[in-house]
Amino acid sequence: MESRWGPLAQYDWSVMAPEFTILIVATLISVIDLLMPNHSNRRPLAWLGIVGSLLAGWFVLQNTGHGVVEILNGSYRVDAFGNVFKLIFLAGTIFTLLMSINYLNRGGVKEEEKVVDHGEFYYLTLTALLGSMIMSSSADAITLFVGLELLSISSYILVGTRKKHLLSNESAFKYVVSGSIASATVLYGISFLYGLTGTTNLFEMADRLGQAYMAGNALLIYIAFFLTFVGLSFKISSVPYHMWAPDVYQGAPTPITAFLSVVSKAAGFALIIRFFITAFRSVVDYNAANGPHSVLISELLLVVGILAAISMIVGNTLALRQTNIKRMMAYSSIAQAGYILVPFATLTSLIFEQTVFYLIAYLLMNMGAFAIIMIVTGDRETEDIRSFAGLYHRAPFLAIAMTFFLLSLAGIPISAGFFGKFYIFMSSLVMGNYWLAGIMIATSVVSYYYYFGIIRQMYMRPGETEAPLRVPAGIAVIVLIAFIGTVGVGIVPDSVLNFIHANFPLMDLIEAAGQ
Amino acid sequence: MDSILLTLLTFSPLLGLILLIFIPRTQTGALKLIGVLSSVLPLILAFVVYGAFDLKQAGLQFVEKLEWFSIPAEQVQFPINYELGVDGLSMPLVVLTAIIGFFAAIAGTIFVDKRWKEFYILFTIMLTGMLGVFTSQNLFLFFIFFEMTLIPMFFVMGIWGFKDREKAAMKFLLYNGLGSAIMLIVFVAIFMSVWTLNFTEIKTAFTDPGSPFNTQGSPVFIGEGLRYGLFIALLVAFAIKMPIAPLHTWMIKAYTESPTPAVLISSGVLIKIGAYGLLRFNVGFFPEVAHQLAGLLAVLGVINIIYGCLLALVQNRLKLVLAYSSISHMGIILLGVAAMNEVGFQGAVFQMVSHGLIAALMFFIVSVIFERTSTDRLDDLGGIAKSMPFVSGIFLTAAMASAGLPGMSGFISEFTAFLGLFKEMPIIAAIGTLGIILTAVYLLRAVLNTTFGPTSDRWTVLADAQPLEVLPMVLVLGFIVLIGVYPSVLSEPLQATLQNIVPRIGG
Repeated sequence: MESRWGPLAQYDWSVMAPEFTILIVATLISVIDLLMPNHSNRRPLAWLGIVGSLLAGWFVLQNTGHGVVEILNGSYRVDAFGNVFKLIFLAGTIFTLLMSINYLNRGGVKEEEKVVDHGEFYYLTLTALLGSMIMSSSADAITLFVGLELLSISSYILVGTRKKHLLSNESAFKYVVSGSIASATVLYGISFLYGLTGTTNLFEMADRLGQAYMAGNALLIYIAFFLTFVGLSFKISSVPYHMWAPDVYQGAPTPITAFLSVVSKAAGFALIIRFFITAFRSVVDYNAANGPHSVLISELLLVVGILAAISMIVGNTLALRQTNIKRMMAYSSIAQAGYILVPFATLTSLIFEQTVFYLIAYLLMNMGAFAIIMIVTGDRETEDIRSFAGLYHRAPFLAIAMTFFLLSLAGIPISAGFFGKFYIFMSSLVMGNYWLAGIMIATSVVSYYYYFGIIRQMYMRPGETEAPLRVPAGIAVIVLIAFIGTVGVGIVPDSVLNFIHANFPLMDLIEAAGQ
Repeated sequence: MDSILLTLLTFSPLLGLILLIFIPRTQTGALKLIGVLSSVLPLILAFVVYGAFDLKQAGLQFVEKLEWFSIPAEQVQFPINYELGVDGLSMPLVVLTAIIGFFAAIAGTIFVDKRWKEFYILFTIMLTGMLGVFTSQNLFLFFIFFEMTLIPMFFVMGIWGFKDREKAAMKFLLYNGLGSAIMLIVFVAIFMSVWTLNFTEIKTAFTDPGSPFNTQGSPVFIGEGLRYGLFIALLVAFAIKMPIAPLHTWMIKAYTESPTPAVLISSGVLIKIGAYGLLRFNVGFFPEVAHQLAGLLAVLGVINIIYGCLLALVQNRLKLVLAYSSISHMGIILLGVAAMNEVGFQGAVFQMVSHGLIAALMFFIVSVIFERTSTDRLDDLGGIAKSMPFVSGIFLTAAMASAGLPGMSGFISEFTAFLGLFKEMPIIAAIGTLGIILTAVYLLRAVLNTTFGPTSDRWTVLADAQPLEVLPMVLVLGFIVLIGVYPSVLSEPLQATLQNIVPRIGG
């Protein structure tokens, strides 16, 4: 016994306190849900979930600043990079739960299409969150795949929670099928890496991949990279695996749409950055004509840059033609994924700070926007953009907040989104990627058209009704926090960036575990 | 210098904004009053600054500098400062902005018919943006203030405009958004070449013969190609703003569909930002390129003049006549810039101020007429001088000023602009002068068709100008005449600064 359990007992399990908290709360909710009478109100379960997430967030904060800790034989690492992403996931989940309390309460478009008030909505959100947290902390291909699948499978169910809603069913089915293909693609890509290196640990993989490259396996490494990237691009909904987004965003309950567009996407970015930078960093071509150079930087990421550019173009141009607000936001989120890929594609020295900054801005503006979308479309019982007509007269503060979220998404000062984009734009120019920066700006201008289309509805079109819109307290809180955040970060962007810089030494991503 | 005068001036309209937020929307009287007062404060402050402005000094005055935030770029942090200051080039435009702002605020009380609270809130943001554009001393701040004029204008056009307002607002937004995107790219490219955003430092870096950026063989040497590229890109960005044909279509739509205050601001100040940028950035940063491309600028200017005149000649709507007239007058600014000498630049700035005042006045008058007759079609109108003698009189006077009648600001501006160009490119200047004749023709056609001739029965009982309308008209006309008979008010602050720009060109 001693020899068998010895190493397990020696690990510093306390670093996994956030994950355990979520796991325990999710289990607790599912058990309580089981024991509760059928028709009782299940909203307190959501509050339990929120409290659990806050507690987990506190544990994450306790973990920060203690350097890198690896457990489970180096397959799970707690570092600043993972921690900052976990905070983003937790914040996103809290917003999602707050939204879903009011969503389940108010219901869907038609009576029979309402989500039945079930506890699974809440605990599946938490297991999806758990999957994201594992993704951001895994240093092993197996662990990261487990996290990826936990997130994916939970989201498949969540997307289909409106059981009698045709679109919801359709979108859940599409999501499962395309998600499974994506997972298989990732796995296939990883299998090449395993074949080349004989390990699933990313750090060991990194060392051996360099040797494998020198041994003449360049083609296999390229194949592995692209298969894995294409599969993972599903999670961040960027080209080439983006086509599921519009249907799924439209069919999913709005809080889940918000969750997919923020938490799931951020998890995808955490995984992409950690996986590729860790595993591919030492693939160096020593025989190149112009001296040794990193294959990742000089060849592989160029393709990522091109895909990012296509994402921006596709997302922003197709969004122009949408009349369903959630579909429009789906295309917008494809375009946003393109922007967020730019720091990775150009591999600036501030890639982590820029990505995290943009994701924070994106969290605020997107969550705020979806909260308002949920309220407005629920009230008008249609998801057409015209449901926003006359919103300014019905709920002026909601309209003003929405205006700022849209300005921020469009990248217009003074907003968090502007600085997020500005930093990315600047450093991609510093790295000499003029074409990528150019496409970024050009497509941003295109995006004005559809973002301002909503603004136009809110202020310039008469609505069918002038009745004041009732805003539930939970939604008001989300909108207020997101609004203050979006504008505040837009006025003092430095403080956020410095905060990230000072408290989260994100470069520890590739450091060996200390102490 | 520790003066915070410019900060006070730039942000003074926002004081009104804070008050407006607390006034209930039903109190229309109070809303209008605060709205107008929030434009009076900057007007007073602008004259205070103008009074304290040292005419002899060429450089920046009232400089303020604070650290705002920093851009991390690779290993270094580049501070982005909050920097304000005025020199002889921006001083007249600041005063112009304040005057037009006051004018537009009054126009708002007359021509805006709903939602005054929102209107004046947007107005104060816009006014701050416009003042900030002219007082900011670094590229980043300039861009922020520039955007601050853009977004509120979109709302004002889209909410309070006429029938086709939403399309006009969208067109305005997309054209100008594209322009500001191009501008942003150029600004960032400039920043990455010389690692500063401050106007003066950039100018020194680009033009000082001793600077490493101009020394061939230095690692940071900036070649001809990049300079040409930046110049052309900036030219396109400002061409949209000014606008230079063929990028002018947004403006035609905007002028016909926007509410009066928006047209006053747009024709009075916003399009001048394009011309200001042309002088400040294109000529200021890249004088050699500007010198070599002066021919291009001159040709564009002549095209603008002739094109604007010819189209103004055949329009049947007063607003369209004025819109095309604006294009034609913007051409004169281009000619002044193309001259690349002190006289020409002076003419360009004169024309900016002069056209700002005259265009705003004429649009105001057309709106006064439109409000009473519900039409601005030339074939509908006619003979309104009988019922509205005062308005008709001012209209004729303004038209004469616009056509360049001596004694008014239009004359002195066009005269100096052409004088400057005649020294350098006599043939193009000669073609351009055709425009002066055409201007007189189309303006007389428009004014005579409106005010004289047989009076239709419909127009016999129109009310003449009300006191609230008389006040701003007379005030603006006063400035037009003042500049016309005593141009020194404008030329003195300019001279020192322009001398500073011109010698470097070395003709």
